[in-house]
Amino acid sequence: MLKQIEGSHAMAEAIALCRPEVICAYPITPQTHIVEGVGELVKSGALQNCEFINVESEFAALSVAIGASAAGARVYTATASQGLLFMAEAVYNAAGLGLPIVMTLGNRAIGAPINIWNDHSDAMSMRDAGWIQLFAENNQEAVDLHIIAFRLAEELSMPAMVCVDGFILTHAFERVDIPDQAQVDSFLPPYDPVQVLDPENPASIGAMVGPEAFTEVRFLAHYKQRQALRLIPEFCEDFAKTFGRAAGGLLRPYRTDDAETIVVAMGSVVGTIKDVIDEMRDAGEKIGAVALVSYRPFPVEALRDILKHAKHVVVVEKCISVGVGGPLADNTDGALRNLRDRPKLHSAIAGLGGRPITRESLKKLFHDAVHAPWIGPFFLDLNERVVGREIHRGRKVRRAGSTAENILKQLALASHLPPG
Amino acid sequence: MFQSRIHGRGGQGVVTGAEMLSVAGFMEGRHAQAFPSFGSERTGAPVVAFCRIDDKEIRLREPIQDPDCVILQDPTLLRLSDVTSGLRPDGYLIVNTTKTFDDLHLRALVDKLPPGHAVIVPATELALKHVRRAAPNAALLGAFAALTGLVHFDSVLRAIHQAFPGKVGDANGAAAREAYDLVRTQENASHERAALA
Repeated sequence: MLKQIEGSHAMAEAIALCRPEVICAYPITPQTHIVEGVGELVKSGALQNCEFINVESEFAALSVAIGASAAGARVYTATASQGLLFMAEAVYNAAGLGLPIVMTLGNRAIGAPINIWNDHSDAMSMRDAGWIQLFAENNQEAVDLHIIAFRLAEELSMPAMVCVDGFILTHAFERVDIPDQAQVDSFLPPYDPVQVLDPENPASIGAMVGPEAFTEVRFLAHYKQRQALRLIPEFCEDFAKTFGRAAGGLLRPYRTDDAETIVVAMGSVVGTIKDVIDEMRDAGEKIGAVALVSYRPFPVEALRDILKHAKHVVVVEKCISVGVGGPLADNTDGALRNLRDRPKLHSAIAGLGGRPITRESLKKLFHDAVHAPWIGPFFLDLNERVVGREIHRGRKVRRAGSTAENILKQLALASHLPPG
Repeated sequence: MFQSRIHGRGGQGVVTGAEMLSVAGFMEGRHAQAFPSFGSERTGAPVVAFCRIDDKEIRLREPIQDPDCVILQDPTLLRLSDVTSGLRPDGYLIVNTTKTFDDLHLRALVDKLPPGHAVIVPATELALKHVRRAAPNAALLGAFAALTGLVHFDSVLRAIHQAFPGKVGDANGAAAREAYDLVRTQENASHERAALA
């Protein structure tokens, strides 16, 4: 049913349709309206046979999820930003124990300094934890990916994270087709666990594993996640058959057929990028884009097949791995590694801590990648004046103080001065 | 694509206003996208919300920098920021005030817009009269329907009732209707003046 609805509430409805049996969440910010929404559905009785557990922290949220999942329940939770960091140890445990928990991540920056706005720092901090990570381009896809995530997670017995841009998607009202229960039931079979803790047949999981077996355990985790590269396209095809619309996939090319420049990005910024590409195509430029849906597992072969004929690849991402550059650019570089005539790779860091990514800036970025290329990561719309002053200050004064506060002072001062 | 930007303060229903406008567009079978300017939510703090309406899928996620319409819920914001920034030359301006454009030093800007594209509406007074709460958003949406004709007033009314079921919706609907009628009357008068001139 088509609805004009807030992203978070649309996701809450979709999650309820997946019939979770345990939902645990810490309701204090950073959080979205998603758990509030599912909480209401449990209380009203719309979501039956489900226990909503209000826990005391994010660490507890995922720990309870682990316990419930190990006992054979279909489990859901959600978090963002600092909340994900607080549950970090449990994030690794959920994957290590092979528990198919589905978690929404309403992507936000990580402090310090405190910043509640959107970027992908939180998702990137857990990219090596062993979870499947899927990124939504819009709220329709956010809804659809949750349904696919449950099936995928349970098929592989592996947790899955659906990454949805905080605020930009979670707080946006837009048109979403909410599926009906019969459709979801026909796509998502009841949960049939691979392992269950059962008092009738006592067993323990998560035991100590020494050097004699740890490598093999890790190999199998990697092997298992690579299976998702085959299952994701398969399930997405099945999804399209059941629901009558395409969703997800490993990645989605956009106007890449004869493209000499291809942009790689994840999440909601892909929408803006597509608009820019249409505009540049109208002006005769051979440019296209790839929306990466599956970040983990990383679809090396599929991405390489699309990028290998391009001359330039521009990676736009909302995260900086301090000291090296963009993690998505690094992974993309890895996919191109052994090509004979590989395209040039241009890395751009954009939208950090909620800075808007505009068509104007993107257009200039894509133009510059070809005509005035840069070296290393390029920070889109960086205020070079402010940065220059702060670097200068730090060189002159030992007790230069906190960078964040210094920059705010500079900006406040500049706003009271005449321009120029 | 028609882009609207609503400026107001926390507690005035700025975000809800943009959401209701998007629902009105959706009810007419169009694509619509509403989102707030994100920040710490505090009563009285400046808030901006955005709404895009189009006949095709809206993919763009940047904040609206060149609006077709600016709705100003609180004219005291004129002293704090450039609320009409980027307003298109053929755009629309709706200001919630009991003062005049001259009083607010908006005359020069209004004169640059096509005749009949800017209106003042005592939306807070209408809200206090009908809703008994200083939430001018519904009334301003009534004015929006009358001024731009982008959405039918009936759709606005249905969107208001969807957001506020029952009596609160009726009261907000009444405020919206009075604002709608007020603007229609102003518009008719200005058209007559234009015809005479």
